[in-house]
Amino acid sequence: MRISRGLAHAAMLAWGVVTALPLLWAVLSSFKSDHEILTAPWSIPQHPQWTNWSRAWNEADIGRYFLNSAIVVGGALVLTMLLGALVAYALARYEFPGNRLVYHTFVAAMFFPVFLALVPLFFVVKQLHLLDTYAGLILVYAAYAVPFTVFFLHAFFRTLPSSIAEAAFLDGCGHGAVFFRIMLPMARPGLVAVGIFNFLGLWNQYLLPLVLNSDPDRYVLAQGLAALSVSQGYRSDWSGLFAGLTIAMIPVLVAYVAFQRHIRAGMTTGAVR
Amino acid sequence: MRHGRYRFLAWALLPALALHAVFVLSPYAQAFYLSLTDWTGVAGNAHFVGLSNYRRLASDSLFLDAVRNNATMLVVVPLATVALGLFLASMLHVGGRDGRSAVRGAGGYQIVYFFPQLLSLVVIAVLWGFVYNPTNGLLNGALRGIGLDGLARSWLAEPSVALWAVMAVLVWSSVGFYLVLFSAAIDGIPKELYEAALLDGAGPWATFWRLTLPLVRDTVQVAFVYLGIVALDGFAVVQVMTVGPGGPDGATEVIGLSLYRTAFTYGKFGYASAMGVALFFATLTLAVLALRAGRKERLELA
Repeated sequence: MRISRGLAHAAMLAWGVVTALPLLWAVLSSFKSDHEILTAPWSIPQHPQWTNWSRAWNEADIGRYFLNSAIVVGGALVLTMLLGALVAYALARYEFPGNRLVYHTFVAAMFFPVFLALVPLFFVVKQLHLLDTYAGLILVYAAYAVPFTVFFLHAFFRTLPSSIAEAAFLDGCGHGAVFFRIMLPMARPGLVAVGIFNFLGLWNQYLLPLVLNSDPDRYVLAQGLAALSVSQGYRSDWSGLFAGLTIAMIPVLVAYVAFQRHIRAGMTTGAVR
Repeated sequence: MRHGRYRFLAWALLPALALHAVFVLSPYAQAFYLSLTDWTGVAGNAHFVGLSNYRRLASDSLFLDAVRNNATMLVVVPLATVALGLFLASMLHVGGRDGRSAVRGAGGYQIVYFFPQLLSLVVIAVLWGFVYNPTNGLLNGALRGIGLDGLARSWLAEPSVALWAVMAVLVWSSVGFYLVLFSAAIDGIPKELYEAALLDGAGPWATFWRLTLPLVRDTVQVAFVYLGIVALDGFAVVQVMTVGPGGPDGATEVIGLSLYRTAFTYGKFGYASAMGVALFFATLTLAVLALRAGRKERLELA
């Protein structure tokens, strides 16, 4: 028993190191000078170079990309949750002709690869004059996040008791008021779980902005970093790129450490549903 | 109570349905038609060419490289990720007195393991591009540091190792998530079963194969489907990290990258759509196979 416990610990520790080391290394390298990065990849920075960070934030535009991501993801998340919750609720709690058809229309979209839609989607967005705009990205992000949201919340709304809603109807509440004042607050745990799932998915989106958003002023963070890794490579400003990489990682990691139980629960239940 | 029912339903469903129809359903439907044309993006100038795009795909050597690479990834990435995830998840539970209570610090380990799942694949690709850097990268630095200079190489520039380097990144980024998923599934197995197995004299190996694995089978199956989808993609990592991108010599080309380049660099939108349809059928086949495998009788915990 003792041996197997030792073995278990060794295995856990080994994978912990494999996971954490590249991340720690990037953070450490963001404080190094270019010379140190080039000559001694494993050393500790001698004199922390804080200017790497300000250079990445200002000159390399990481700050702007960050803001773009926040605007697009924030807008898309609000729209996705609102539309997704409304559809899921309407389909889960109301019987009407075509209910199943609408449900399957949404859910079927989850099984199609986005690559299949890519070419026509580009031209749809172009015809609507929404290429290179925040609004275009927000609408497309939401459109592709709604199906999973409907799928997840549909099951959730079905499990909620109907007695409170019925009492509210008797008291003269309208359908909209019952949804916003009673059902939505009751569905909070489900909304939080799918909200976290959507946030991470949208924040990390790369393919859609790459195709629909080619204006460098409107690059989202993932696009900006990819472009940066090419251009900084030419200028061999490695330290600036490491700083940019760290800036991109930190908010996600901080949010994760703060809410880690919620996030893990939300993402894993999302997957097995 | 019936008052305003249909007005509410219309109000709840129509905006989302409109968005869905314009940005999701119509592009998917158009893609199938476009794949039968020679469209190059000029409005009203698409000629119907039947299946000739598909015939061209069958002899397009770069596309065939992409298919071969995605097929390799489809086998290697899910198997390696599930094996590592299951191994580590059971290690998390090994060692207690009853043979399965979690090791000390299990919670802390799970926090660390889960990190990569939260990072954008672009961040991961840029990071690993550095790790693999031949002159100042972490990997070669480590190999030289422990005297294995002979193993240090140009990871992303040698055709024989580049694809493996890409797959290692995909596995690295996914293991943590599936470990947590499997660990939760193992937590759901009643303790009495493990106590019974221990009383019957089952060793850790037998316990894993005869007890744990059959009882987490559903979760493992879900993992294979999700990882299969990851393996059929690979676009972001390959596009950001590998030389070319897609090289050396097509060694890390993937279908998504071929499609993207064909459409948005060369402007051959009809031909690119045919690649999309091919990818769709690959995904569909995967889903059907997975559902078939799932139809076998399920174990029920009373």
